[in-house]
Amino acid sequence: MPGLLSLDLLLIAAAAWLAIGLCGLLAARHQALVSQVLFPAGALVGLWVGVTGIAALGGDPQTAVLAIGLPDLPFHLRLDNLSATFAILLGLTSAGISVYSAGYFGKGDVAGLGTLCLEYHLFLASMLMVLLADDAYAFMVAWECMALSSFFLVTTDHKHEEIRNAGFLYLLIAHIGAIGILLCFGVMTGGAGDYSFAAMRSQELAPFWTSAAFLLALAGFGAKAGLVPLHVWLPEAHPAAPSPVSAMMSGVMLKTAIYGLLRVSFDLLHTTIWWWGVVALVVGLVTALFGVLYATVQNDMKRLLAYSSIENIGLIAVAIGLTLIFHAYGMDALAALAMTAVLYHCLAHAGFKSLLFLCTGSVLHATQERNLGKLGGLIHPMPWVAWLALAGIIAGAGLPPLSGFVSEWLLLQGFLFSPGLPHPWLNMVVPVAAALVVLVAALAGFAMVKFYGIIFLGQMREPALKDAHDAGPWERVGLVWLALITLFLGVMPSTVILRLDAATRQLLGAGLSDTLKEQGWWMLAPISAERASYEPMLVLVTIAATLLLSRWLVRSLYHGRVRRSSPWDCGYHFEGPRAQDTAEGFSQPIRRIFEPVFRMQRHFPAARDTQPFYSVKVEDHFWYWCYLPIARLANWISALIVTLQGGRIAIYLMYSFITLLVLLMVARP
Amino acid sequence: MISISGFLGQAFAILLALFLAPLLSGWVGQCRAWFQSRTAPPLLLPYYMLQKLFNKDVVLAHNASSLFRAAPFVIFGCMVLACAIVPTLSTDLPFAPAADALALVGVFGLARIFIALAGMDIGTAFGSLGGRREMLVGFLAEPALLMVFFTLAMIAQSTSLATIVETLAHRELVIYPSLAFAGVAFTFVSLAENARVPVDNPATHLELTMIHEAMILEYTGRHLALIEWAASLKLYAYSCLGLALFFPWGIAPGDDIVALIAAIPLLVFKLAIGGFLLAAIETVNAKMRIFRAPEFLGTAFMLAVLGLLVRLLLEVRT
Repeated sequence: MPGLLSLDLLLIAAAAWLAIGLCGLLAARHQALVSQVLFPAGALVGLWVGVTGIAALGGDPQTAVLAIGLPDLPFHLRLDNLSATFAILLGLTSAGISVYSAGYFGKGDVAGLGTLCLEYHLFLASMLMVLLADDAYAFMVAWECMALSSFFLVTTDHKHEEIRNAGFLYLLIAHIGAIGILLCFGVMTGGAGDYSFAAMRSQELAPFWTSAAFLLALAGFGAKAGLVPLHVWLPEAHPAAPSPVSAMMSGVMLKTAIYGLLRVSFDLLHTTIWWWGVVALVVGLVTALFGVLYATVQNDMKRLLAYSSIENIGLIAVAIGLTLIFHAYGMDALAALAMTAVLYHCLAHAGFKSLLFLCTGSVLHATQERNLGKLGGLIHPMPWVAWLALAGIIAGAGLPPLSGFVSEWLLLQGFLFSPGLPHPWLNMVVPVAAALVVLVAALAGFAMVKFYGIIFLGQMREPALKDAHDAGPWERVGLVWLALITLFLGVMPSTVILRLDAATRQLLGAGLSDTLKEQGWWMLAPISAERASYEPMLVLVTIAATLLLSRWLVRSLYHGRVRRSSPWDCGYHFEGPRAQDTAEGFSQPIRRIFEPVFRMQRHFPAARDTQPFYSVKVEDHFWYWCYLPIARLANWISALIVTLQGGRIAIYLMYSFITLLVLLMVARP
Repeated sequence: MISISGFLGQAFAILLALFLAPLLSGWVGQCRAWFQSRTAPPLLLPYYMLQKLFNKDVVLAHNASSLFRAAPFVIFGCMVLACAIVPTLSTDLPFAPAADALALVGVFGLARIFIALAGMDIGTAFGSLGGRREMLVGFLAEPALLMVFFTLAMIAQSTSLATIVETLAHRELVIYPSLAFAGVAFTFVSLAENARVPVDNPATHLELTMIHEAMILEYTGRHLALIEWAASLKLYAYSCLGLALFFPWGIAPGDDIVALIAAIPLLVFKLAIGGFLLAAIETVNAKMRIFRAPEFLGTAFMLAVLGLLVRLLLEVRT
């Protein structure tokens, strides 16, 4: 379009989302109109954002000034390669989720669909503005809009007390994080009072202050992303929210925090100190291990996915840490490798985690049940959802040939170069950290098998599950779209990375495109073909070809006869569904091996119990070690302060008098 | 570029794997019987089994899903791919760039997920028990295996299996202590991954001790045949991998036909020795309780990390 820059197109998209939201509010009474017209329109805008982002990659940064907001404080906006990358993520993922929402919110009676439509599209528009903001003021306004709109989305079903509590916790931690981000921006202005990002870029800060800014950014954005110990809101808020909202928060909103962290640590702060990387690496590893271990022991399918999101954010933080370490030592080609892993995992996780959250939405709609212990055998009534979820769990377990494996592979390749670090002990310790990354990936496989096997396979644990229905047409389109993204990212990594390279180059001054361009589109060899290579298309084609060929050969050489009978089960009388593993039973090995990690309350049946029962409740140590003590401390302090309030006016006057005296003494010229 | 001879070599390696893998299983079974003073089953027993199973009807449980029917083919495909990547006869494999050592672990992981899910599909107590245990062994073994590959990759400066094998085959005859650690760790992992004593027992039908057998209890006919064949392919792939990494001599370096043909009897000889040793290990060890497996594989992991550290501390001259 002549005359219109990509930035303008994105601003139009944000305005379009706002307009759709407002239409939703006005047309709140017409459920069919809101769900079948407005949400698909939102999906089209999402596609628009994605395509514009792809087109903007590799171009020069574009800036604009929007004269809204306070007088003399306009919004500075900027579209560069980093924001374009995350705009693609936002646009393409939200397109799938919005189409799905058309079906999800079109069924049954959704109270307040009009407000929900407004909040949802405001959420989308504010996330886009976060990516485009070029000064701290615009950034914080968009950031707070995002936090508030998502808070209202989480508490859509606010009649339940637990959902209100979850929403409150989310709001609290979002604001603790926002304080961190605000302070970080404050430090980066260096006292000059100019809050535009351009001014921050040109600030020369003392090393102490750059480190302070980095740590504040890590804490502030970490609270939004779910880094330990600020992760506690995720497993509460995700199950509380409607599934498309969980998908949006987990798939897209967590990535805006990653965007912020990348923006601050690689763009606004231009020096990097090696121990920042170590901090990010350690925090990331703890987060990833913690997340995956807790994911394996969850019995609520959405909580399981929420903990799995914590794990993935941890892996992204590990990759950021590795990038920082390489960057600090000027090993920019390797830093580019690790940065590619960061960006790729953001994209991959957005695709497969949204897919899985939407699948839980379909299951929830079909069965009204989130508890894994009451599901089972849903592949029979819901084949679409089951087969698409299979793509999600293969990617989630980080296995070839889907998307999760590519970023994991890149990350491990990065780790393989860490012995070359010129630091005496880092070059020993960092490679061993790779072992923990692999442990996390393998445990993720365990969690994903539990998720899939207990929901979709086996016998139905409740008789009512027979009446479950498969996803409707809108929902199928959304799920298929996200599964296609997962597949595309899985088998075409080279094509994607060549595009993403513009962002890596902008942040680090180096990229992978020089080596990748020499090879074919089917091959991923970031350093050289002798060093390491991965051809996912060939992997996929070989497995598929062997599958078809062996099936054809067996059928033509022998036969394809099938008889049905009851299961053999080692000759035992075939037990009912209660004989299968429960969700608790499946994760028993993990609870046993990693016992100290969990806070467990268990009840074992005794030998003479007439009504024996077993129960286990797993809780988060952080509540007891960290949050409850802080809450008690806050209560204690406020109780102390209450004693100041005597209720007599003479005492208050005395307080004022003392304050005045102190001020007079302190403020003496 | 893909050369014709390289392509033929690749096709030949796959066919050889398909043919030799059941033979290897038969040979290990025979050696085990000798060690235990039993009358040995015929060497070709696995072929008879495959033939018999392919001829039989498939008996499916009433509630078997489409995933249950697809899984054997997927697992078979994964194992054929694994055998195509591992350098058995020559390092000039057109498929070698498809997946390096890390991706090979991923391919095994994919097969593992499918077999565990298939085990859970019918909804019997044993099936989900087997699936859970298989995933347990998987997450314990995978990090150790990856650490072994990391050590080797640091020696060869590459994660490509072909490059690693070439580097190791043409090094001067110095003993790398790190390789010794890695070799022991690899042996431990291979035993666990291939459902062998002391972690699992391929001959068991005592319900409570089963891992691999528990998952495939409901499989019959051609499905079972493919799973058995895939299991023997996995054993073959792991054996060839161990031989190629730790005893790489005799593998043809390029598309040299003579060296390729000479490599075949050498490979068969090495596999025979390896199978004999495997049977010996299985005979002198007892199957351990399932919750001893973390200790066993934890040891493997520590050995592999030790190998890596030895490599970084002692062998890297900078």
